[in-house]
Amino acid sequence: MRINLSKKKIKDPFIAKVEELSSQNLLACYQCGKCSAGCPAVSQMDILPNQIIRYAQLGLKDDLLKSKSIWICASCFTCNARCPKGINIAEVIEALRQILLRNREDHVKVEKLTDSEKGDVPPIAIISNLRKFTS
Amino acid sequence: MKVSYYPGCTLKNNAKNFEDSTICSLNKLGIQVEELPRWNCCGTVFSLATDDLIHHLAPIRNLIRTKETDSDSLMTLCAMCFNTLKRANERVKSDPDSLDKINTFMYRENIKYEGDVKVLHLLELLRDEIKFEAIAQQIVKPLKGLKVANYYGCLLVRPKEIGLDDVENPTILETLTTVLGADPIDFPYKTECCASYQTVDKPEIVAERTYHILTSAQSQGADVVTVSCPLCAFNLDHRQKETIKQYPEFKNIPILYFTQLLAIALGCPEDTLRFDLHYVDPKPILKEKGLI
Repeated sequence: MRINLSKKKIKDPFIAKVEELSSQNLLACYQCGKCSAGCPAVSQMDILPNQIIRYAQLGLKDDLLKSKSIWICASCFTCNARCPKGINIAEVIEALRQILLRNREDHVKVEKLTDSEKGDVPPIAIISNLRKFTS
Repeated sequence: MKVSYYPGCTLKNNAKNFEDSTICSLNKLGIQVEELPRWNCCGTVFSLATDDLIHHLAPIRNLIRTKETDSDSLMTLCAMCFNTLKRANERVKSDPDSLDKINTFMYRENIKYEGDVKVLHLLELLRDEIKFEAIAQQIVKPLKGLKVANYYGCLLVRPKEIGLDDVENPTILETLTTVLGADPIDFPYKTECCASYQTVDKPEIVAERTYHILTSAQSQGADVVTVSCPLCAFNLDHRQKETIKQYPEFKNIPILYFTQLLAIALGCPEDTLRFDLHYVDPKPILKEKGLI
């Protein structure tokens, strides 16, 4: 995959926004890959957790915001528990979701959920899903 | 001893088996369970975005409700409620500015919250207050010969700051299982995520997780798998229906709340176990072991 870097991207306010929402220092990451090694959801992801941090450092906003990974992460906090630099990767991924959700770009469309998708699951599933995937 | 109890949404319907077996067990142990007279949804997930204070209101309101009953601690059963209530509590305790803003927003509350309610999970109550040794003395039906894989999932143990046991290798449920007379089975997936709320719009991912978690437990010889979260219970039990479609070689295994095993061992009547709420029927294996 071709990745284009530019001064403009690195200076994009997007990076500061991610750092502010997550209250994490992205540059603390030295790419050891431990987050991705322990993530139970990597088989479903297009950009792995360590790559998410790298992309965020480089301001690759479009790649991150259109990635499937940010909606696959279920905030299980395994990455956070294992990061040797103490970075909360799950919070960084939450910040990326929030940037889209705060622009009303919902991941789950309530009106499109079928009766069985809504009715066959316990309330805890519906509430948490809508809390994470809708604005 | 009396405990203030916060049930949360799912304990009143899909997870009634979790609630009923807990209340019967605690009564047998001499504990009076007092449900908060007024409680609201905790929000189910702790709000991770730094500036998002509004979603901490729901958990904090429940802590105010606790203070209204003159109690200084609140017990929960659901791992998601435990995590959300405890993390919100820790957040406001360590961040007076946020607490101040939240209190100002809730100006109609009669009590100003000061971070002074302790959030407890049932397992902490059993281990630290009631004590496992005391439970051992009350066992009337030891769970002899039952091989139990204990699944912790995420939110009882992570993040480390609020977890009730070791973040990578918790053993509290294995200790309890041993106290109940059963044989705990170790398996490497005990703290791996079940994919949680993805179950609504991406059930195929849950089926994949369920397959790996449960086949790992089965490969170690487990008869049953225990859980402590109603969402894990739904995913690992009810989603076995989807799992078998995706993995035809998969074999069903019963999923129980750890409190159902506790209730059996303490001699609670079968109607408190509510096996009608299960997808995979736990009765055959429990009958085979002479436990029901």
